[in-house]
Amino acid sequence: MTPNPAHQSVTTGDRRSRVRSAARWKPGDAALTISLRHLNKPAIPKVSLEGISLSYKTNGGSRLLALDNINLKVKAGEFLCIVGPSGCGKSTLLHLIAGLQPASSGRVLIDDKQVEGTGTDRILIFQELGLFPWLTVGQNVEFGMKMKGISKAERNEKTDYYLRLVHLGQFKDSYTHQLSGGMRQRVALARALASEPDVLLMDEPFAALDAQTRDLLHDELERIWSETGRTIIFVTHNVREAVRLGGRVALFTFRPGRVKREFLIDLPRPRQLEDVTVAKTAREILNDLREEINKSLEEQYSHEAVR
Amino acid sequence: MKRFAKQALFYSVLAGLWIVLAKLKIWPPYVFPPPQGVLESLWAGFADHSFWIAIAVSMKRMLLGYSLSVVLGMVLGLGVASNKFLEETMGGLLVSLQSLPSICWLPLAVLWFGLTEKAILFVVVMGSLLSVTIAMETGRQQMPKIYGMAGRNLGARGFKLFWYVLLPASLPYILSGLKQGWAFAWRSLISGEMIFVSLGLGQLLMMGRDLNDMSQVIAVMILIVAIGYLVDGLVFKTVERRLQHKWGLAPAT
Repeated sequence: MTPNPAHQSVTTGDRRSRVRSAARWKPGDAALTISLRHLNKPAIPKVSLEGISLSYKTNGGSRLLALDNINLKVKAGEFLCIVGPSGCGKSTLLHLIAGLQPASSGRVLIDDKQVEGTGTDRILIFQELGLFPWLTVGQNVEFGMKMKGISKAERNEKTDYYLRLVHLGQFKDSYTHQLSGGMRQRVALARALASEPDVLLMDEPFAALDAQTRDLLHDELERIWSETGRTIIFVTHNVREAVRLGGRVALFTFRPGRVKREFLIDLPRPRQLEDVTVAKTAREILNDLREEINKSLEEQYSHEAVR
Repeated sequence: MKRFAKQALFYSVLAGLWIVLAKLKIWPPYVFPPPQGVLESLWAGFADHSFWIAIAVSMKRMLLGYSLSVVLGMVLGLGVASNKFLEETMGGLLVSLQSLPSICWLPLAVLWFGLTEKAILFVVVMGSLLSVTIAMETGRQQMPKIYGMAGRNLGARGFKLFWYVLLPASLPYILSGLKQGWAFAWRSLISGEMIFVSLGLGQLLMMGRDLNDMSQVIAVMILIVAIGYLVDGLVFKTVERRLQHKWGLAPAT
């Protein structure tokens, strides 16, 4: 990490708040919000994926099946993690849910209504973030609201609120290239949250971060999730990360991507990456995942042998 | 400062050489005027307002013609970049047309529009339109796709997507093309003005030739260079610097 004094001060700020939020945490909180939501809309899941398949033409002209008949239901306020070997189409699935790309077949439903194209009820945080370098941090965060035509006063207020939520209040007028990787990650989170989506889609958001920053952001994401009650679909190749964060983990098979198994993670929160229980659960999932990784390696090697 | 000293030295040597050559009187002064003659012409031109008027007229044509080609070029370039059919058909035509000096359009322009402002504007637009179009096309292709996706993801569509995302995202990639377009437009304008009589710097230059007044010719040439340099230094360099600062492409000053 760069020895940036500004960043140091933020880091200590984060740590303080982490302690605070941990102290304030009541185990039943998240569950309570979920059950309240369920009283309003009993059986309707927030997100339903029905028979999603995707195939595309490869350069050789043959068709490749990337996703095969994905069926998943995500409850409102749930934190679902998707793990799988690279090349299982898990990132592509997020793009399909976000509407950035059409599926070959199947439907995406939000609150039982089919969605097509992009919509601000589902915001994707890209792996490479896609922050706009020509805008300041504040302008990045208010971008979605500006597109919606929200008034300037309200935009300002909400931008400040969400920047404070991710502990970047004093960086409103900075440009994104002036921030560290972890801070940029938080800008992306604030930008996504500021559109107030029902569903937050996160595509390996912490893969490129150093371990300390990632731990910190895990804590923050867990806190923000519990405070805002958003539904989160989180894609990662890191099983421990999935167990650390998720209420449920869906394991994908290697090409074509299918849901191999689902794991309910009912470990108490807040969790830590180093928790024994987390490690134990992760190992269980990892055993299943390893099979898929081996398949992907085999395919890679067989291709090389042919060549 | 060191650089400035070097430049000062270079230009004084150049001026000195010029003075000596003129003093030697190898050529008559109306063929090879001394620098003080050129200075006098410059002074006289500004004093009787003919230079001011010419600059104003030329700049007005430039601004009109250049703005037109920037708008048209962006639309065209974006169209070509985002449509495979257009890219395969028009893409090649655009590149090949760029090898045509824009002054070649003048006979057509005069036939179509007569000896009017429109004919000059047409030549200016044809001079810079292609640079802008090609710059926009390549800029759109070089621009990382993630920005467009992020924009759509956050609810930007249609014109908003173009204006708030695609245009600013491609600006660093099209800036050099815009600059080139300006330079081409400037050259096309001067050649256009030289060929048919109308107010403007080009005509002033031709008038110098007709009157055998080489001092005036050189004075106008200096003006043309100076204006080109100023626009580049003041407008484009400033935009470039601000862009680099924003994007973090260069250390902030």
